[in-house]
Amino acid sequence: MSMRFRVIRNIFKQGFKGLWRNKGMGLASITSITAVLVILGMFLILILSLNNIVMDTREKFDEVQVFLEDDVTVSQIEAIENRVRESNKVISVIFKSKDQALEEMKEGWGEEGYLLNGLESNPLPNTLIIKLKDIEYADSVAKSIEDLEGIDEIQYNQDIIEKLVLFTNYIRTGGLVIVSILILVSVFIISNTIKLTVAARKTEISIMKYVGATNGYIRGPFIIEGILFGLIGAMVSILFVNYGYNYFFNAASDKLYVLFTVYLVPPKALIKDVMIIFIAIGSGIGALGSLVSMKRFLNV
Amino acid sequence: MIRFVNVSKEYKNGVKALSNINLSIDKGEFVFIVGPSGAGKSTLIKLILKEENPTDGRIYLNNKDITYVKNRRIPFIRRSVGVVFQDFRLLPNKTVYENVAFAMEIVGAPPKEIRRNVPMVLSMVDLSDKAHNYPNELSGGEHQRVAIARAIVNSPPILIADEPTGNLDPDTAWGIMKVLRDINRRGTTILMATHAKDIVDAMKKRVVEIDKGIIIRDEEKGVYEHEIPGY
Repeated sequence: MSMRFRVIRNIFKQGFKGLWRNKGMGLASITSITAVLVILGMFLILILSLNNIVMDTREKFDEVQVFLEDDVTVSQIEAIENRVRESNKVISVIFKSKDQALEEMKEGWGEEGYLLNGLESNPLPNTLIIKLKDIEYADSVAKSIEDLEGIDEIQYNQDIIEKLVLFTNYIRTGGLVIVSILILVSVFIISNTIKLTVAARKTEISIMKYVGATNGYIRGPFIIEGILFGLIGAMVSILFVNYGYNYFFNAASDKLYVLFTVYLVPPKALIKDVMIIFIAIGSGIGALGSLVSMKRFLNV
Repeated sequence: MIRFVNVSKEYKNGVKALSNINLSIDKGEFVFIVGPSGAGKSTLIKLILKEENPTDGRIYLNNKDITYVKNRRIPFIRRSVGVVFQDFRLLPNKTVYENVAFAMEIVGAPPKEIRRNVPMVLSMVDLSDKAHNYPNELSGGEHQRVAIARAIVNSPPILIADEPTGNLDPDTAWGIMKVLRDINRRGTTILMATHAKDIVDAMKKRVVEIDKGIIIRDEEKGVYEHEIPGY
């Protein structure tokens, strides 16, 4: 066993001892980290679910429909298609003829479809359906073909698109801001706890310094203590979020809110990400909290 | 072993604690530092322990210039200097044995060595039978002997004692001095700051007297203070 290994083992031993010795104060910090992470988890679920809704809506509205004039020529259609394909913002361009459109409408009407049989002529236009890579491109794609011949009207949901893009951005930044504030708060709480434990071990630290303990040796146990607080907080909040959300999700799906739960992130898809995020943030908060609290304490 | 060359220390608040100190202590010496409170004894010790940096001059420890060293190096300098304080500074939640072993654990000593050295130094300070007692079960003199055991367990070449008998009654103080003398006889250099006149007078060791930051006397086999002739 090398000297370095023994030193590292001692640091860990002291860290665990500190955790046990400071049970009372430790409980406070674990509770605070747990609370913060649970709130973070709720936001995470909210943001992910809203993201789902946004994605879903985006998919439904990611088309631009180009209604063509009745006397449009094949070369005009090809010109439009080529212009659209050039832009790289498009997944596919599909031509739907008047007849196809009418068929689809009949199918869509179901049993009442026979009513359409009485039409003298087909009032529906030939259409180019442009599927976009992202709805944000709708405007620019529409503008790029405006000047071409044979187009009667270009239709897309500009309003919804703009609002959705805006809404998504609001959710993201709002979530980021709130989560950042919560993390700061818990770093502050942890640093205060570690400050108390450092103060409680003041004599020990001064003796360690005189005997020639390195700064790393003195700081190590506190950092480990902080990380352990963070990890325990993470574990507890993972349990809370996992079981709590599972329960909520099942209860909601069982009853009349199925329409609403289809947009919720399924708990199974969430748990792995939540675990990784919570463990990383929990131990990060713990380590950062100890570092902050010791910065000014340990200088001789 | 310890060498001060033209060392001065002025604190940030303008107090001049030491001025132009020249002092050389050889290996194996036993040196008393005497002088009134505030004369600069503590500052001298703080400079050796690198708690303070001098404003001027150079300090050598074991032939190495330690005047200005990186913070990272300081722990390793301190490992070559054992320290004993007036207020003992033991850890109340550790036994006598654990208090001493603690000093070895910190520097990463092998457990085998810890199990061998701790009982050895405890017997040197005559505390073998109290190894598993806690500090609150010990007398003042026993406290100080634990502190001495802790200071020497890593075998530092130098032992600094800052008024080690200051809190003890005369009989107990003598017990401590015997321990220190034994340690000195085994080759450890000892630097002891003290106010105890009778101890200094009886030990007949080198005495360095400091007053107002200046060394005013440095003599072999000295006494605490000279009778001023004519009085």
